[in-house]
Amino acid sequence: MDNSLYLISFILTMSVATFATRATPFILFHKQGEHPVLVFLGRYLPPAIMLLLLIYCVKDINWFVGKEGVNELTALTVVTVAHLAFRNPLISILLGTGLYMFLKQGS
Amino acid sequence: MTIPNHSDVASVPTEPVSITNSFKTTLPVLFGYVPMGMAFGLLLADQGYAWYWATLMGVVIFAGAAQFMAIGLLASHAGLFEVALTTLLLNSRHIFYGLSLIHHLKAKGWRKLYVIFGLTDETYSLLTAHHAISSQQGELTLNKPSDNQEEGLFQFIVTALNHSYWILGCTFGALLGSTITFDTTGLDFTLPALFMVLVIEQYKATQKLFPFSIALVCAVATLTLFDSDSMLLISITMTLALLLGKQQLDIRGEKSNG
Repeated sequence: MDNSLYLISFILTMSVATFATRATPFILFHKQGEHPVLVFLGRYLPPAIMLLLLIYCVKDINWFVGKEGVNELTALTVVTVAHLAFRNPLISILLGTGLYMFLKQGS
Repeated sequence: MTIPNHSDVASVPTEPVSITNSFKTTLPVLFGYVPMGMAFGLLLADQGYAWYWATLMGVVIFAGAAQFMAIGLLASHAGLFEVALTTLLLNSRHIFYGLSLIHHLKAKGWRKLYVIFGLTDETYSLLTAHHAISSQQGELTLNKPSDNQEEGLFQFIVTALNHSYWILGCTFGALLGSTITFDTTGLDFTLPALFMVLVIEQYKATQKLFPFSIALVCAVATLTLFDSDSMLLISITMTLALLLGKQQLDIRGEKSNG
């Protein structure tokens, strides 16, 4: 019973802290209107963050050791080519993931 | 003779918001969240916790990195203050997400609160890409109330779907993780693949290279100078600083030219 109480307060604490990080900008800046700095960030921060998230996903690969990273690079190239050709996110992602699973499970 | 079927020609943003449409948009997240959530549920169940604790955490926390960290914190019986502080630090990158969504979040009332609650990396990525693509096509430039309403509904449904995939994954992992026989190795590649697609889409929408060059420089610098676990927060902060500098330079350039 004691442990359940700890678990519940633990989970609620983590939930509130996570929500706080997500809600802060909306509370701080909601009255700023169309401030040029926010408009600029609204346009150019997302593309930068997409690239950072992509790099984050592959950051633990030792690119310069042996054949490490070849599977990832191949699959990402397929995603890029497929997306430039068909511009259908689902097709690009499924092709890339399918190929990656095949390469990874085969090796 | 026949009425032309508009839904065949229209791309995602011009179609009316429907569950099917949002479902298609979020499919990559489904394939990423289920294995990731299962990994979490499995780890938590391994520590001796009943399955419903994994479900509960998926429902009320809904943050991948924080939940994985929770397993370690629970094992060391961490104090609540420590839990709050580490969670705040770990998730502080979300502050920057909201910063670029303030004007684009069209959901209203409790739905808006819910979208903010569910603003994970992946939800943020889908929402900003959807907005960038639809404004590029000129769909939302008029800011008609009906467009805003549709965008708001879309944002709400996408968040709810992503949330449900995560809850599903956490629960499945805790319930039957150890009995799974299907080899899911590599299935989580859907997430880097999704981000790759969104990089391309964001480039097509903005037609600018500088956000990417700035991000690349910051990522390389962070990975060289710091340990890779704290990469996201440091590189996002650096990127934000450089973008702000770029914005100021642009303004000065305009002033001296005009």
